[in-house]
Amino acid sequence: MTRFWKRLKIFWEDRRRNPRLFGVHAKPTPRLNIGLAMLPFLLLVGVYLIGSHIRLSANPDDKFLPSVPRIVTTAARLAFSKDPRTGQYLMLQDTVVSLRRMGAGIAAAAATGLFFGLNMGLFPGMNALLRSFVTFISIIPPLAILPILLVVFGVDELAKVMLIFFGTFGTISLSLYFTTVKIPREQITKALTLGASQLQVAYFIVLPQVMPRVIEAARLSLGAAWLFLIAAEAIASRDGLGYRIYLFQRYLLMDAIIPYVLWITFVGFMMDWFLKRFMTWRYPWYFASRES
Amino acid sequence: MRSIEDFRESSVLFLKDVYKAYGKKLVLDNIDLAVSKAELCSLVGPSGCGKSTLFRLILGEERPTAGEVVVDGKPVGFPDVTRGIVYQKYSLYPYLTVLGNIVLGKRLAGGFLGMWGRGQEFYEEAMSYLEAVKLADHKDKFPHQLSGGMQQRVALAQALIMKPKILLMDEPFGALDPGVREHLQIFLLELWERFQMTVFFVTHDLDEAIFVGTRILVLSQYYCDDRGNGEGIPRGSKITFDRPLPRRVHSTVTKDTAESRDLIREIRRAGFDPAYIQHVTKFNLEHPDSFQDLTEEENKG
Repeated sequence: MTRFWKRLKIFWEDRRRNPRLFGVHAKPTPRLNIGLAMLPFLLLVGVYLIGSHIRLSANPDDKFLPSVPRIVTTAARLAFSKDPRTGQYLMLQDTVVSLRRMGAGIAAAAATGLFFGLNMGLFPGMNALLRSFVTFISIIPPLAILPILLVVFGVDELAKVMLIFFGTFGTISLSLYFTTVKIPREQITKALTLGASQLQVAYFIVLPQVMPRVIEAARLSLGAAWLFLIAAEAIASRDGLGYRIYLFQRYLLMDAIIPYVLWITFVGFMMDWFLKRFMTWRYPWYFASRES
Repeated sequence: MRSIEDFRESSVLFLKDVYKAYGKKLVLDNIDLAVSKAELCSLVGPSGCGKSTLFRLILGEERPTAGEVVVDGKPVGFPDVTRGIVYQKYSLYPYLTVLGNIVLGKRLAGGFLGMWGRGQEFYEEAMSYLEAVKLADHKDKFPHQLSGGMQQRVALAQALIMKPKILLMDEPFGALDPGVREHLQIFLLELWERFQMTVFFVTHDLDEAIFVGTRILVLSQYYCDDRGNGEGIPRGSKITFDRPLPRRVHSTVTKDTAESRDLIREIRRAGFDPAYIQHVTKFNLEHPDSFQDLTEEENKG
């Protein structure tokens, strides 16, 4: 017994000097890192499985927490079998429709944001003209103007794209503005002494340097864009991922909602990952020279 | 004795009666300066004396409150291709490779649409400059992959390829380690021998100034004139010392001769010693291009 206490004491002393888990000095081992990262996921799945088991053993027809095989069957049906009515793969069709809206909205917002932010950051006159207005637009809660957008742009594609556009372009503009004003004055003066015209400074000196920031700003806006997309589809649409989820909810089809949510999360993750990869491939200098 | 008008005609850089004030504070006070072609002119002065202000006036980033600044016979406007520049940092564009940075000026000259190419037609010329700065092997690297000294060499080549009338350098080696710094000073002299460019070199390092320059200027606020010393009299910096420097053999050993130590002592007294006050008419302005156009209040003589 005393040997056990002694070993425990040595172990405790060692952990105190080389903490692995607690405190600001902790250095988790690689294995511990992976384990810790997985823990919350395992907990969530575990809690679901237990809850689902309890409810289903009380009532086999319970819809609230469907069993895993049930979810898998429903997911497979949604993803891999043609809808008898439309002859389409439902999940694929919804994804394509939603991504098209999202892509159009974010691309328009990024392009406008780039143009506004760049010009505001570089030309004091443009800044005086546009900045308060852009700030004003960016503060309007986009969902509050959804009714206006629906009235103005109709219930078709355009209103949904515009909602995403209005929801994200203000923050992208301001982010680009702050990036542009931070470009050292020396770089602009130097370009002028190399013979650049003012337009050349804007589009050949400043633009290439802020391009990675546009993509980064668009990446950060993806979360907000999803929110607006799903909200718009829930309110006025006949297809799309958001529409489908709310449709399922009306019939309490939890076994369909859960795979859809997981799928949306996965698509969002892939978009983010793809943009990040694209940046490191296209703008290798950006990450390396950010510190200096 | 040449007249002031001759200086205006023949000099690459010409300043006459230049004043610069910020609000009530006068920074530059009746500056007169003429710099000839192929002169390597270094400017020193105590901190806060207005070196950078003078530099920005020549560059065109700021306008003088009064007086004229002329480069190559024309009054200066906003920064343009007549004046090349090398800063302490930020001279290079992070998104371009070394070669891309050097051909940038040439591409910009092609106008807005001419920018779409990569400037391959200028690569040969750019490579000759890259070889001059001994960086031909690094042409495809990005600036962040180079050391500080290499970055400054690229910045030099980037400015030189445009053949500016005058090359302005603002503490270009100030951020470098002493060894690298010395190396670059020698290097600048080699480039100067080869290209015979006119350089205006601002530094706070006296050793560097006399080692690099063919002419030394001291800008200082420690002097007196006939305007008196009352509270209400605004007074800014003047050029208090202006001498040609012997062009020396390119070895750092010469830095520490008795002659150069004497010169540094003299410069320190003329510009950096608040207790040593000279009258405007007694400045040591030995350089043949040096001239003074004093106002009557300054010299009642």
